[in-house]
Amino acid sequence: MLESLGRDFRAIAPAVDFCALRFMEESSELLTVRQDVAEPPRLSTDRGAMVTVIDKGGLGYAATSDLSPTGLREAAGRARRLAGLTAGRSVVDFGAISMPRPTGRYESPLANDPSRLTRREKVELLAGEARNCKIDGRIVDWEASLWTTRTRQAYFTADGGEVEQVFHYLVPNMSATAHADGNTQTRTHAGRGNGYCRQGGLEILESFGLEGSGRSVAEGALELLAAPNCPSGKMDVLLMPDQMMLQIHESIGHPLELDRILGDERNFAGTSFVTLDMFGSYRYGSELLDVTFDPTRPEEFASYGWDDDGLAAQRHHLIRKGILERPLGGAVSQARAGIAGVANTRSCAWNRAPIDRMANLNIEPGASTLDELIAGIDLGVMMRTNVSWSIDDSRNKFQFGCEWGRVIRGGKLAEVVRNPNYRGISATFWRSLAGVGDASTFEVMGTPFCGKGEPNQVIRVGHASPACRFSGVEVFGGAK
Amino acid sequence: MKAYFHELADFVQSLAAEGEVIASGFAAESSDFIRFNRSAVRQATSVRQLKWTLTLIRDGRRVDAATTLSGQGAADRGQLKAMLADLRGGIGEAPVDPYLLYPATPADTERESPGEIPDASEVIDAVLEAGRGLDLVGHYAGGPIHEGFANSLGQRNWQRVDNFNFEWCLYHDRDKAVKTSYSGPRWEADAFAAKMRFAREQLALLGRPARTLDPGHYRAYLAPAAMEDVLGMLCWGGFGLKSQRTKHSPLMRLADGKERFDPRVTIAENTAEGLAAGFQREGFVRPGRVELVRAGLLGDALASPRSAKEYGVETNGANGEEAPEALDLAAGELARADVLKALDRGIYVGNLWYLNFSDRSACRLTGMTRFASFWVEGGEIRAPLDVMRFDDSAFRMLGSELEALTKERDLILQGGTYGARNTASMRTPGTLLRDFTLVL
Repeated sequence: MLESLGRDFRAIAPAVDFCALRFMEESSELLTVRQDVAEPPRLSTDRGAMVTVIDKGGLGYAATSDLSPTGLREAAGRARRLAGLTAGRSVVDFGAISMPRPTGRYESPLANDPSRLTRREKVELLAGEARNCKIDGRIVDWEASLWTTRTRQAYFTADGGEVEQVFHYLVPNMSATAHADGNTQTRTHAGRGNGYCRQGGLEILESFGLEGSGRSVAEGALELLAAPNCPSGKMDVLLMPDQMMLQIHESIGHPLELDRILGDERNFAGTSFVTLDMFGSYRYGSELLDVTFDPTRPEEFASYGWDDDGLAAQRHHLIRKGILERPLGGAVSQARAGIAGVANTRSCAWNRAPIDRMANLNIEPGASTLDELIAGIDLGVMMRTNVSWSIDDSRNKFQFGCEWGRVIRGGKLAEVVRNPNYRGISATFWRSLAGVGDASTFEVMGTPFCGKGEPNQVIRVGHASPACRFSGVEVFGGAK
Repeated sequence: MKAYFHELADFVQSLAAEGEVIASGFAAESSDFIRFNRSAVRQATSVRQLKWTLTLIRDGRRVDAATTLSGQGAADRGQLKAMLADLRGGIGEAPVDPYLLYPATPADTERESPGEIPDASEVIDAVLEAGRGLDLVGHYAGGPIHEGFANSLGQRNWQRVDNFNFEWCLYHDRDKAVKTSYSGPRWEADAFAAKMRFAREQLALLGRPARTLDPGHYRAYLAPAAMEDVLGMLCWGGFGLKSQRTKHSPLMRLADGKERFDPRVTIAENTAEGLAAGFQREGFVRPGRVELVRAGLLGDALASPRSAKEYGVETNGANGEEAPEALDLAAGELARADVLKALDRGIYVGNLWYLNFSDRSACRLTGMTRFASFWVEGGEIRAPLDVMRFDDSAFRMLGSELEALTKERDLILQGGTYGARNTASMRTPGTLLRDFTLVL
């Protein structure tokens, strides 16, 4: 099918400065068991293509779900017209930007294909685990889900570029909610934002720890119900990877997106406190902070071979020993800003134009064991599993909350606390990074739900991190 | 498009075998999306998309599948036939669904809201001309939106809405900007010019030296655009039957009688006066109005068919998420022209941003001020504000600290474009608060 699509596209491609076709077909299955009742399976296939035309300095995109030669020709005509309307009136002369002409193929690892299990077997797997949640009358809700997706993409340029990429995604989740005396507490096995999401097959269920997760989340919710409120005050926080992923995402990832820095997102997602002159010299964090853009970890959620403008993906340091080196910006943004970036121009679907996204953004492991990180804290709170996130439009003043906290006193773990929250300012928070966990504390996480762009796009991102300790942070709990 | 929907709906109905119910959902749009930055075009995109969802019901079991269609009759009929065959092949694997509910009696509806949507060239010309010499950044989305429902029992529901939504900011510097929106079924040059004039006037105020506030307690006025964010948080599981029964709702203290809103607070799902379709995914037709909060006390919940069956109540046509699509907060008595005078000394919050719960059980919210927000003294705007974080309970904001609601309300098209253009809307007044807590 791809062969004929490429042939049809090249047959109808207009005579313009640059023309490309991006095809995407995504098939997914969502299975959910809630309170021991299997919900109807939800199946979906989303298929279509977008034509890109650059001509006389203008840029136009047109998307269609009609993949016949007639549909492609009609879409190419619309894209060409928009390129004509925007020529000489765009933020940059797009004709002056050299667009990649890639060739190659990429596919996610797939050790254990989900299709080896029937739908009934998968539902039974979820139901068997979810059944272990109802361990107490105060457990009022529980749910297990498994979301599998296969995405096939192809990118053709009129002058011979051709890339095929096939991705296999798997997202399991398990949660339980307990309620008593006006207090509701939910504990999830991966965060409410589906934080345990990876590329691969059913082998992911093993590393996720599906077995035993039902009872574990139920016990966790009851534990929180009985726990005191998180204390307030200035103290250390020890953030585990399922909170670090959110911390990285909001206060490193988004501020380093080059399109935000260039102002494209100011009407919606916001701007950035980072400016172009900071790259190469700005101290973003303490010397312990090493941040990489890494699309090469096969199991991580947003790994790929090429971005959606056809730029080959490579691993780069964005921050090295705390110093800001490189932004998250693809071919177009790099040309506009005159600064080297990474291959991160991405689109969530065939009907949305690609923009700068963060893909996999990781913190490199340090040298401390978890015991050493805990021992170094006189007074603080260990926090797990993001539940609340809010940050200003410059990505500076933030406030985040977690499902679970545990006080650290005199270098030792003490009582579990509920509703742990903390707030800070990105520009100074990362400089308070006082300890970075070693590889034994490192986990690969992510989210399927990063929102940005106009028109809006939700895209997959990966974040891998060790446990990290920050000193002198404003911590507080819930309402009394 | 309407004829095409009916053609395919009839075709699918003809495929139903004895003992089967087949439901179809249709969503299509032809949209122009034009992004602007620094008073130039950043990206211009044209999208044509058609999506069809098939639900097969048999022997108390249900399976759903969605797909994109091409718009070519023969190809689409073949695709739907093949998809139905797949569903038939798999439905035996699905367990019997105890919460299955579908409308047994057909109830047809039809609504056509035609408009005059401008061509992309007109939009680009008008916006670039208006933005000349300014730092304008914004997004235009416009074109027809089609939605349909059909089932093999003969029910047909159809809605077409032609509209556009242009949201834009005029930037003074860094994060200081005025945000404005203009939406409707037809683009009128005079109306757009009036909105631009007002935005330019506010932009002039942003040129004054900014004021940085200390964390603390302040009198505050939240304009309708800011209230949209506050009410949006209540919509996040607040009004749904399932979230209330499973204690996830942030309004549980309202449900338990431990808190109440001010008696002037009445919140409704006002489908009759909104833009969203009057029918939902399973084909249930929505009542014109459902009162969710009545004079400060919790009213009816939004009940999807599935929750209705689970909890043994009647459905009121809520969507699967049980989230409002046409929320309506009742007006108050304060004239908008008197807002600054009534505020006297405090903060005028034009917009809020990135709200979340800091304690969901207590309905405590956090978020940031954004865009045109000002320090007011002696009933006059004195200075733009540097952005501040608030952390406060909705039970205070709409309860003990609510001084007044404005007489005038704004109908705000929510304008979301995730996957498709959204027709949800919200109508809200502004609110004057005796006390509003800033924390960072």
